Amino acid sequence: MTAVIAAAGLGKRYGRQWALSDCTLAIPAGQVVGLVGPNGAGKTTLLQLAVGLLAPTTGTITVLGEPPAASAAQLGRVGFVAQDTPIYPTLSVGDHLRLGAWLNPSWDQALAARRIQALGLDPRQRAGKLSGGQRAQLALTLAIAKRPELLILDEPVASLDPLARREFLQGLMEVVAEGGMSVVFSTHVIADLERVCDYLVVLVASRVRVAGEIDALLAEHRRLTGPRRDLDTLPPGQHVVEVSHTGRQSTLLVRSAGPILDPAWTVEPVGLEDLVLAYMSQAQGTAQPGPTLREVSR
Amino acid sequence: MIRLTWLQFRLQSAVALAALAAVALAVALTGPQLAHVYDTVVAPCLQRAPDSCGPTVSAFNNSDQLLQTVLNDAVLIVPALLGIFWGAPLVARELERGTFRLAWTQSVSRHRWLAVKLGVVGLASAVLAGLLSLMVTWWFGPLDQVHANRFDPSVFDLRGIVPIGYALFAFVLGVTVGVLAPRILPAMAITLVVFVGARYAVTTWVRPHLMTPLQQTQTITYSPGFGLAQGADAGSGLFLIPPDPNLPNAWVYANVAVDQAGQPPSSQFLQSACPWATGGGGDGGSGSTGTSQGSGNVTTGPSASGGPTADQLHACLSAIDARFHDVVTYQPADRYWTFQGVETAVYAGLSLVLAWLCLWWVRQRIA
Repeated sequence: MTAVIAAAGLGKRYGRQWALSDCTLAIPAGQVVGLVGPNGAGKTTLLQLAVGLLAPTTGTITVLGEPPAASAAQLGRVGFVAQDTPIYPTLSVGDHLRLGAWLNPSWDQALAARRIQALGLDPRQRAGKLSGGQRAQLALTLAIAKRPELLILDEPVASLDPLARREFLQGLMEVVAEGGMSVVFSTHVIADLERVCDYLVVLVASRVRVAGEIDALLAEHRRLTGPRRDLDTLPPGQHVVEVSHTGRQSTLLVRSAGPILDPAWTVEPVGLEDLVLAYMSQAQGTAQPGPTLREVSR
Repeated sequence: MIRLTWLQFRLQSAVALAALAAVALAVALTGPQLAHVYDTVVAPCLQRAPDSCGPTVSAFNNSDQLLQTVLNDAVLIVPALLGIFWGAPLVARELERGTFRLAWTQSVSRHRWLAVKLGVVGLASAVLAGLLSLMVTWWFGPLDQVHANRFDPSVFDLRGIVPIGYALFAFVLGVTVGVLAPRILPAMAITLVVFVGARYAVTTWVRPHLMTPLQQTQTITYSPGFGLAQGADAGSGLFLIPPDPNLPNAWVYANVAVDQAGQPPSSQFLQSACPWATGGGGDGGSGSTGTSQGSGNVTTGPSASGGPTADQLHACLSAIDARFHDVVTYQPADRYWTFQGVETAVYAGLSLVLAWLCLWWVRQRIA
């Protein structure tokens, strides 16, 4: 599996504030990758580093095997929709398509025109008059009509109402279904993840807490409930993500490649939301490359 | 990228073209008449009898007063306007509204993006200022001819090619400020302040030193401009105002009467050589030719109202002439275009430096 985004020791500092520090990750190609994490985890910084809008303070990042924005050709291989989906308010929808055609040698005018028509947008309308959803769709159209190998979306649906969000994600899925494009998509709406993503990266305080294909992650994680016991007695290969004790009972969220054999446990599957929240609620700074132990007393 | 630049620039360029067309119309309607009056009335009069042309010349100078003011002001402020409305928002608007994230993730490096914008809009600024200056310079041709003072900043700065340099500089300055202080309104304000400061500094401190001035020595004669004046302060005594150097269109830095040692005539010397000058009889006698820059009582020329007699004046002048001569420090009129060229080059050079700074900053710092 080749990495579309590979970062090593990546850090970005604004003044004395680190927005991202010591981030190491590899995002595989051919997937729709959901990047989730709490506010301030460094998602936007990471994605802006990946498209070359920011330059790293420390460490390295390569995108499709090259430094971001290394050349016009490299820029052409990566599509980007920024947070708040910026467009030029005084230019018309048609002007935006013209802009895309002028600035991108690989521009697919047929695709762009088809999408604009399907969205019911009037090419003569000024982009400043579009609704938030239409604006996001226009920004997405610009990003995909350049036919990138990698599409990076930074919380494009964060400010949209549920209907516009669904339409946006549907549009995205239609393009993805044509194949050949990797997508990295940051969000903090976990329902969106389930709908569109097949690979998950949880980023908390610049660190990757967990990364993997969503199906595999769901298969590996289980909730164990049983009599209260010492965690040291768990067999090797079972990593506890989250634990809570009541007086007599322990509830664990465990990652284990193999089956859970201990008959003392009641084993339940874990939903994606619980899984993501369990990793996100781990205290900052304790995360290691593998999942870590942490006790939560309740 | 050039097409995109024009697309984003069409409103500003339309406004500018409309304004330029209005100026062109005004100039075309009134300019020929002005030239005609000069050719048929003013020039012949000046050729025939320059001394008696005062009323003709002042009537000519006063023609189209409003348009004179408007055109001069237009050339004066257009560069500043270009800096404020074309330069400052060029990048600042993209940074303020976040659209740079759209622009800089297309298949065009941001370096090229900015270089093309700087080039296209910068060229448009230069062309606009050039056309405006061309029209205004042509329109003012006859009036400037009459004034014969082309180095005066109120003329020099508003004619020829220097407005092109100012416009280019103001534009690139605006872009630079917009890149460094990426908010539109502050960038506009800073641009205006820095531009006015730069213009003042260059006009006041740089321009006089662009070329070494020439010196011309002349004998002191009774000719226009000559005068003796009493200083305004008590005890400052008499001083001598040398005659005008008669160097039309030259830039006269200094015009002083000095002796062999470089000293100006003392008050005592002047009192002994020209005793009539301190008498009450000279009070207010400005004479027929006196256009003195001195303060206080000016006494010149033989006059019916109790001034010096011709003999007194002659004695005074020969006493002065025996010991003193007049030294004029000046830039000759034929250096006008050299000065225009050098100053334009200075501003163009500053613009290049700023453009380089913008490109460097956008690539390295706004990362």
